[in-house]
Amino acid sequence: MFGGIDPALLIASLMVASVPILLAATGELVVEKAGVLNLGVEGMMIMGAVCGFITAVVTGSPALGFLGGAAGGAGLSLLFALLTQVMQANQVASGLALTLFGLGLSSLLGQGYVGIKPPHTGAVPFGPLADIPFFGRVIFGHDPLVYLSVLAVAAVWIFLRNARGGLILRAVGESHEAAHALGYKVRRIRVLAILFGGAMAGLGGAYISLVRVPQWTDGITAGAGWIALAIVVFASWRPWRVLLGAWLFGGITVLQLNLQAAGSGIPVEYLSMSPYLITILVLVIMSSGRGRAALNAPASLGQNFHAAR
Amino acid sequence: MLKLEKRPSPSVFWGRATPVLAVALTMMAGSLMFAALGKNPFEAIRTIFWDPLFGEFAWYLRGQLLVKAGPLILIAVGLSLGFRAGIWNIGAEGQYIMGAICGAAVGLAAYPTESWLIFPVMVLAGAFGGWVWAMIPAILKTRFNTNEILVSLMLVYVAETVLAMASTGFLRNPDGAGFPGSRNFSSYPAAANPELIAGTGLHWGGVAALGAVVAAYVLLQRHILGFQIKLAGQAPRAARFAGVSPKRLVVMCLGIAGALAGLAGMFEVTGPAGQISIDFNSNYGFTAIIVAFLGRLNPVGILFAGLLMALTYIGGEMASTNLGLPSAAIQAFQGMLLFFLLACDLLTNFRIVPARKEVR
Repeated sequence: MFGGIDPALLIASLMVASVPILLAATGELVVEKAGVLNLGVEGMMIMGAVCGFITAVVTGSPALGFLGGAAGGAGLSLLFALLTQVMQANQVASGLALTLFGLGLSSLLGQGYVGIKPPHTGAVPFGPLADIPFFGRVIFGHDPLVYLSVLAVAAVWIFLRNARGGLILRAVGESHEAAHALGYKVRRIRVLAILFGGAMAGLGGAYISLVRVPQWTDGITAGAGWIALAIVVFASWRPWRVLLGAWLFGGITVLQLNLQAAGSGIPVEYLSMSPYLITILVLVIMSSGRGRAALNAPASLGQNFHAAR
Repeated sequence: MLKLEKRPSPSVFWGRATPVLAVALTMMAGSLMFAALGKNPFEAIRTIFWDPLFGEFAWYLRGQLLVKAGPLILIAVGLSLGFRAGIWNIGAEGQYIMGAICGAAVGLAAYPTESWLIFPVMVLAGAFGGWVWAMIPAILKTRFNTNEILVSLMLVYVAETVLAMASTGFLRNPDGAGFPGSRNFSSYPAAANPELIAGTGLHWGGVAALGAVVAAYVLLQRHILGFQIKLAGQAPRAARFAGVSPKRLVVMCLGIAGALAGLAGMFEVTGPAGQISIDFNSNYGFTAIIVAFLGRLNPVGILFAGLLMALTYIGGEMASTNLGLPSAAIQAFQGMLLFFLLACDLLTNFRIVPARKEVR
């Protein structure tokens, strides 16, 4: 069944395929650890995709493009922060609004950019390292964002585990009342977390439109943001498991694409719906039985905080 | 400085007033957006909100209003029940598609038999298709504690793939020279869903939508299930003490929403859309979320909200042909409406009072 698929190439493309969801899921992990459920990841990703694409095409620089993407995602997340932290709006509904609005606005912004090729994002020059058989291709042949996404997971892990800021962030997510009583600015911390999540989702979106596809079409993210949300649940709010989940998911995506190209006996439609079905399956496994992911969820997740005193 | 003070109970006045305020604010923000796109904002707003009702082509466009509002209201009424109880079914789009496919499949299987029984059976099949698709997240939620938001949404993508399979494969018109898309129902009277009163745009979907509004109103005001839904949403702990079974609520709310969305899809595909095609669905399942909130999750409110949202669809199409306003602009406009609604809700639940200087 896997005949004709080169394992080195498969792993290499798996790492590339997982970058957008890895970035977005890492950002969302921090947001949820602060006790905020932002369902607008899809909207922020697609805003990042379009802003990044436009910036890269206009300036001719992929690096600026990624910055633009992060800014686009963070900009949209600011709206979410305003709604949920200042206006005390329902987080689920606000997240949905963010996605619906982001999808519309992105297709509006991207109108003149359909069919254009963005500037090429080059691989990090590792010199002779890239020529090592197998490992050269798997580890040393990628663009900077692949390494950045893994570094981001490590940074978030260290921050949440060992940094004072991380402890405060988790306290806000577990019990906002207690954190408030200790004198921490609950809403300010949450706004910062939301902005970080937005920037990461935007970066992930920009990666889709600048590297993964690379062009702009409406609805380019195709549910990647929702899958990122599912991966946070799958990871039961642990950074390294987010990496595992993203790679698992990237692997499925790449495998089904390869199987489509290789012309296996499985109909194309079944292959293209497989990532979504497997996400559901993974959610079921993680949420039930002893592995109950829900038990590890931050206690204040999705609840708004209004300082009564 | 100002500060927020939580109201002991939500304000009735602001509950009614916020949708109006939100629409007004959206029009203002929308005007800015249209101006930024280089269009005359006043002309754009007039084309979207006034011309379809009172303009030159109003005789035709007024009929379109019910065509678009029907499915939106039908889906939104179902969604609102769940939203009230804190059950977030956001995969109505998928249930809508599956209802359409099931309903159409039954009708096409009977082709070319002529019997008055065919259409009612198709209606049942449509509701069944949507119900089954909604039961997947419901059962996974009750059995395995899986998040219904994510599952129902993932199933939208699966349903879209099934739709592609249906229109290019198992429901493709055998006489269609290989083009994707099923037989057209307009040429098969036994299974068609025509306009009931010429010129009004009212088809069976519109009738069903009105029925759903009335039924949901009675359910919420007079039936124990409606009471339980409201209780579970406002005070989940109290609901549990009162013996409300959360699992039963999940199954009921998702089931009703799925069946109604399936019905909407079935009526759409046999009526206005005419056939199963890859893109017959017009994102009604997602727009209905906005409709549900704009109607403040209240059946009667949803009736008006659905009509207003239908107006933006029709007006948006007019604006795109007459003024060259991109159709994505109207989608962003609808999204903005939900933002303003949620923001204005602040006034319902909080009082804005001047902050006194406190000793810290």
